[in-house]
Amino acid sequence: MNTTRSEARQLFRGLTFLSPWLVGFLVFTLIPIALSLRYSFSRYSLLQPPLFKGLENYGTLLRDDVFWKVLKNTLIYAAVALPVGMLVALTVAILLNAKIRGVTIYRTIVFLPSLVPVVASAMLWMWLFNARLGLINSFLRAIGVVDPPGWLTDAHWAMSALILMSFWGIGNTVVIYLAGLQDVPRELYEAAEIDGASPLRKVWHVTLPSISPVIFFNLIMGIIGTLQILAAPMIMTGGGPARSTYFFTMYLYDNAFLYLKMGYASALAWVLLLIVLALTALAAISGKRWVHYSGK
Amino acid sequence: MPPTDTKHPETTSTATPIQTELAVLASAEESSREPRFESTRNIQRGLRARSLFVHVALIAICALAILPFVWMVSTSLKTAEATTEFPPRFLPRPIQWHNYIDVFTNEKSNFLLWTRNTLIIAVLGVLGTTISSAIVAYGFAKIRFIGRGPLFALMLSTMMIPFPVTMVSLFTLFRWLGELTGTQWIGTFKPLWVPAWFGSAFNIFLLRQFFMTIPMELSEAARIDGCNDFGIFWRIILPLSRPALAVVALFAFMGIWNDFLGPLVYLQRPEQFTLALGLQNFQSKSGGTSWHLLMAASTLVILPSLLLFFLAQKTFIEGIATTGSKG
Repeated sequence: MNTTRSEARQLFRGLTFLSPWLVGFLVFTLIPIALSLRYSFSRYSLLQPPLFKGLENYGTLLRDDVFWKVLKNTLIYAAVALPVGMLVALTVAILLNAKIRGVTIYRTIVFLPSLVPVVASAMLWMWLFNARLGLINSFLRAIGVVDPPGWLTDAHWAMSALILMSFWGIGNTVVIYLAGLQDVPRELYEAAEIDGASPLRKVWHVTLPSISPVIFFNLIMGIIGTLQILAAPMIMTGGGPARSTYFFTMYLYDNAFLYLKMGYASALAWVLLLIVLALTALAAISGKRWVHYSGK
Repeated sequence: MPPTDTKHPETTSTATPIQTELAVLASAEESSREPRFESTRNIQRGLRARSLFVHVALIAICALAILPFVWMVSTSLKTAEATTEFPPRFLPRPIQWHNYIDVFTNEKSNFLLWTRNTLIIAVLGVLGTTISSAIVAYGFAKIRFIGRGPLFALMLSTMMIPFPVTMVSLFTLFRWLGELTGTQWIGTFKPLWVPAWFGSAFNIFLLRQFFMTIPMELSEAARIDGCNDFGIFWRIILPLSRPALAVVALFAFMGIWNDFLGPLVYLQRPEQFTLALGLQNFQSKSGGTSWHLLMAASTLVILPSLLLFFLAQKTFIEGIATTGSKG
């Protein structure tokens, strides 16, 4: 009897402190997700109340060429920008983990671009990618490329341009890797050295397994992050040319706030949520094979 | 801002605090003077060659990282004609300082007002996030109760939900809230800062990790002295957690300063715009013609972030490092 009463008291104390989040979770997460599920089965233009239409929106989705286009674009972007970005970030982090003079300055400089607000970096890269006057094409012309690509104005290059630009902002990821690298016990490297391991073998057999939890973390965050790319393409290309940089969340936004198809947009939102969940679950399952926890 | 590990919340309870986190930026140079255990001449020569290679590689990488900044500042000081020169010049001639004044006086923009708007949202949002997240984190870190573990896992899992997923129904929710309370929500700053007062999962997690490292004995001692939970929270935990609170405030500020989609969804009239939204508006109105002004405006928007970073470099780096090393 007594234990139950003190347990109830503890529960009350705990929930009192949790109450801001509990209310926030209910109002700003749970209800919106439930609402959007309901909307996704309705026709809803904001002007009139939602009209239940069953699976109509999802049926439309399957026949919607633009939906397949934005899905493909988003998956391509994620499939290239994420792994390459993670590899670049890891390489840079390994270099920055070297015990050399001035490494603090290098670390600061590599980190700086990730501080830039996305709108400002979008402006900046539009200017750098400018076909006629941009620094990138000026450089290409200077080294003898007669006809450099039009980048953001060329349907074949716009996606590549956005991916290239994404590598500029990897400083955050680098810092997270770096923290992981500094946690790797020195003895492991020393043992590998005594066994005569080359630097590359040390990376493969010591560094990578040791920081696999950090790699896993960056992978999950990267999946969630790259799948919701919106601001940069919206500002830089508006999805063009020829929808070559039209992404999932942009189509969602346009449906909701441009065409006022809230129901259809909600169906898109649910598909996005399911994709994110499926991919992170997949990553988690694969992680069981390659993520090693040292169990400290 | 970077959210954090959601898969292994149970392993996080033993995590190290932010304070003892590696001071990533500063740590290497000291240890470079450590004696190495092998010191034959060949190995030393090999090491020197290797560190030369690392220097060259890092200088190249840093050049790529910094070049866009240089180009931005350079363009921002050019005349309109100079931006069309080929080959382009890094040192503008003549230097046109008044681009920065033009940004403010231009009729297409209202940078002072946009800055004010952003700061209003930032102050309310930063205060709200920091205070509410700290309160919730205390509950997760210092009070034992049934269901704490599952609730914590649930909270962490909410970090996986992308904002675009809830964007549509949040919009209708705020519209409905407006009808309910008889005041407008859509088209005001409220949707941008009110949710901040209900804790943010990432910050709750960060603070909870920190609070866990404060010994329970301190709380117990205060309790014997007659403090209740709120007293312990206010007089013991908060004063000891200044570094962690600084991290949270800093991240919250950066998040609001950089946010584009939130203001885009909820704000409607140009006089309510935040800097991020205003900058985008300025760009679409001035087309591709006035790059020198656009770059001056972009420089101004970036500047506070950079200043803040250099003022609170350690806080920043430790905070980010903490997010990933809790696997």
